[in-house]
Amino acid sequence: MGELLIRNGFVFDPLQGIKGDRMDIGVKDGKIVETSALNSPKTIDAAGMAVMAGGVDIHSHVVGPKVNVGRLFRPEDKLFKSPHKSPTCSRMEMGFSVPSTFKTGYDYARMGYVFVNEAAMPPLHSPHVHEEIRDTPIIDNAAMPVFGNNWFTLEYLKNNEIENNAAYTAWLLRATHGFGIKVVNPGGSEAWGWGLNCEHIHDPVPYFDIAPAEIVKGLIETNEFLGLPHSVHLHCNNLGNPGNYTDTLESLKLAEGYAPKNDFGREQVLHITHLQFHAYGGDSWGNFESRAKDVMDYVNAHDNITVDMGQVTLDETTTMTADGPFEHHLRALNNLKWANVDVELETAAGVVPYIYSPKIKVCTIQWAVGLEIALLSKDPMRTFVTTDHPNAGPFTRYPQVITWLMSRAARDATMKTFKWLERTIDATSIDGIDRELTLYEIAQMTRAGPAKALGVGNTYGGLAPGMDADIAVYALNPEDMPSDPTMIEKAFSRCAWLVKDGIVTVRDGEVVEEPAKRTVWVDVKVPENAQVQRDIYEHFLRHYSVKLDNYSLFEEHLHNPRVIEVDTTQ
Amino acid sequence: MPKKVENVGCPYCGVCCDDLVVTVSDDGKKILEVENACAIGNQIFHHATGGERVKLPRLRQPDGTYKDISYDEAVDYAAKVLHNAKKPLIYGFGSTNCEGMAAAAKVAERAGAVLDNCASICHGSSFLAIFDNGYPSCTLGETKNRADVIVYWGANPAHAHPRHMSRYSIFPRGFFTGKGQKSRKIIVIDPRHTDTAQVADIYLQVKQGHDYELFDAFRAVVRGHEIPEEVAGIRREQILEVAAIMKKARFGTIFYGMGLCHSDGRNHNVDIAISLTRDLNDYTKWTIMAMRGHYNITGPGAVWSWQYGFPYCLDLTKKDIAHMNPGETSSVDLAMRDEVDAFFNVGTDAGAHFPIEAVKHLRKHPWITVDPNICMASEISDLHIPVGIVGVEVPGIVYRMDNVPIQYRKVIDPPEGVISDEELFERIHRRLCELEAEEAAKGQAKATPEGVRAEE
Repeated sequence: MGELLIRNGFVFDPLQGIKGDRMDIGVKDGKIVETSALNSPKTIDAAGMAVMAGGVDIHSHVVGPKVNVGRLFRPEDKLFKSPHKSPTCSRMEMGFSVPSTFKTGYDYARMGYVFVNEAAMPPLHSPHVHEEIRDTPIIDNAAMPVFGNNWFTLEYLKNNEIENNAAYTAWLLRATHGFGIKVVNPGGSEAWGWGLNCEHIHDPVPYFDIAPAEIVKGLIETNEFLGLPHSVHLHCNNLGNPGNYTDTLESLKLAEGYAPKNDFGREQVLHITHLQFHAYGGDSWGNFESRAKDVMDYVNAHDNITVDMGQVTLDETTTMTADGPFEHHLRALNNLKWANVDVELETAAGVVPYIYSPKIKVCTIQWAVGLEIALLSKDPMRTFVTTDHPNAGPFTRYPQVITWLMSRAARDATMKTFKWLERTIDATSIDGIDRELTLYEIAQMTRAGPAKALGVGNTYGGLAPGMDADIAVYALNPEDMPSDPTMIEKAFSRCAWLVKDGIVTVRDGEVVEEPAKRTVWVDVKVPENAQVQRDIYEHFLRHYSVKLDNYSLFEEHLHNPRVIEVDTTQ
Repeated sequence: MPKKVENVGCPYCGVCCDDLVVTVSDDGKKILEVENACAIGNQIFHHATGGERVKLPRLRQPDGTYKDISYDEAVDYAAKVLHNAKKPLIYGFGSTNCEGMAAAAKVAERAGAVLDNCASICHGSSFLAIFDNGYPSCTLGETKNRADVIVYWGANPAHAHPRHMSRYSIFPRGFFTGKGQKSRKIIVIDPRHTDTAQVADIYLQVKQGHDYELFDAFRAVVRGHEIPEEVAGIRREQILEVAAIMKKARFGTIFYGMGLCHSDGRNHNVDIAISLTRDLNDYTKWTIMAMRGHYNITGPGAVWSWQYGFPYCLDLTKKDIAHMNPGETSSVDLAMRDEVDAFFNVGTDAGAHFPIEAVKHLRKHPWITVDPNICMASEISDLHIPVGIVGVEVPGIVYRMDNVPIQYRKVIDPPEGVISDEELFERIHRRLCELEAEEAAKGQAKATPEGVRAEE
């Protein structure tokens, strides 16, 4: 592989604390190196541009069964919404809110992203997830299996058997080639097996007789017992309902007293995802209001928690979540088509199209809540940009979200389109916030922070020598930022350059190469555990509809793996 | 010593049994015994090594006979057919793996073909209903572990999906259904008193073609409305009784078959079945599932959805954007209108399944069959390319009727020299790219004249 020298750019690398210094970045054999190590590099002139590590998405639904249901059952998401094939790409690109795998890879690359963490993998469907990963070009993918409604987990945690739960977790991560512990509506999706839900963290799960609070605490203990790269990644109970901020605060408090134990530089024990959906006050849609401040006050004061936004982008989109009861609830609200997939012993999922309209008060309040979360954050290294793609909006709107965060004028321009502007202002604090984030803070929220929280900060999210040569160059001059905020959006939509693994992948916003992508997974060594082995054997013998030997992903279906090893036996 | 291969997936129906045990002879060349499979699945394995197989591609000669040719020649022929056709149709895929489907899609996109699968003449009407109304479903293990009410509507698994009832729905003892059949109510709704109806607790003989009305009656009753004394040939008391059972169920699943999606009403029947399922979820838990036919006919719907966003009837002829409009871009309709000028029949038998008029039109143009076996399509083709049998000789991922991916194994080697669907399509793709490059080097062969723009 060749050598590259990215010259004279304004470098933003929060992992090294570099704040827009004019620097050169050297690349050799796919890694970042000291510029002195280069012999005769090709040069990229980045003068007057911002240089950052490749973007890292901590939470996005891009591959797997429910994503694919969203694609399958919404032909209207393709009609008049798909671009014509780019002559520089090898495959067609279809879809808007739930793009095809090819479009997903290309669009992330065009935005300068290199790593995307699939937010929810139903373990039974892991071969499907890995098939889609194979067909998602360029970007590296990890996928988190869901644990919060898994019968093994519920049984072990009910009996407070952390060690057994840890052994099972290690087994499942290996069986699915997954990345970390995802928890979606703990207990609630199991209750949904009977058409019920757990709205609050102390509601008992039917039959299993354990409460969501115990599931979350037990999984935090399991996670730290194993010392996984990422923390527990939680989608709280009672998503999307007025007044749910109290449930969210209670969920956040479950992390109190826990400290991170890992060798990956991760400092949190709990990641709360799409916080926007969990920061609502009021007790009806009539008096629905923002409680972002209450929630962010708590987050700001507690270092062992990270969050991502789940920013509403005011688009027609497709909601999809392992929170089965929520999607059922949503289809009663908008009466659109509804798909549901309950997965035996493990989880559930639902999919419903949704239109976030600037003409609807609740939607514009949601828009404000998401921005408040980021703008009220005291630590951008713990607050990340997401749209919970595609739930609050497609990931292709990240440049728009970044622009809202960087420009009060951009927020004002959007707010002018609101039908219920006064009520939105009354119900939120958005109009009172003048903060405009800097490029350094954006780099924290879109690469350095998420990489660190995922425990991959030694490989992704930074520009230190030895790290992967994943480098995005944006046509933005920090000394001469455009007065027109749409120029910021444009720059982040189509990066000037993306180098992935040392290969020039995007140039002037066009994909010019499709370097091999990776599947990142976590392999945990644990001591032999006869009881867990027996439990696995029993459940597969009696309750699963597939054979144990056909459940674990066959090696031939894992594509270009990058394994992160964790050894708990030492 | 003969070798036993365990946990083998069965390449017959959408039940995708993955518990077969296959005994292979000492030399690994013959399948001796198949355990756990139904009679049909059993036959598929024995057929692989039991008789004569086609081991080389066969090209039709001017005198009407077939002549063996090499795979290289067959790949070249297939690529040239695709390259020269204006609107080729690549159809089938009920019986191959997802890897083959992905490779075929790559070829179709490159060639600018229409890409379609057997759903087009089967559960395609279910897709239309799903596009409109969604699909509240579950995995089959959920039904096994939880369901206390099972409805089979317009489906006859006793014959079409022989182990469906014993593995998932009626007989198995699941986690919350420890008493098996005794803990379940079985309702069968069908105009014919089928063998499935024999095991029903309640059998409703709906008047043929009147399924929609019966669903409508159920919805009315569930929502608390009055209904007439008789609907679709069923007495009111019986409708009230069944509606009450549905409403009181802890967990129910409606399995429906072609009796709904291919009788009068078609997608509308499925649509209202989904609506009934939605309604019932206001009271308790209900799910619905299409009884997909072949073991991997769910596969192309999955693969092509993630590649293009559409499950079937994909028009890729523009090469830069995909388009789906069943009726316009569906195989039989295209054939009936004589709109395609080359036809690939892959892992199915369009010769047997398509209307004769459609076959006659397709037969006017090059017809290539890709299939391990001799079938009606292979016997009227210009070129028959044999491939290994997925699940027997070729491993790969298949999707069960509930969209669960099952990893299939290879039990024996394919006959010497015989390649997989995936390899075949990868090779056709490479050859197609070469042909395009050759043509580009030659210059303006296919170039269209540039229009002269009026002064602006």
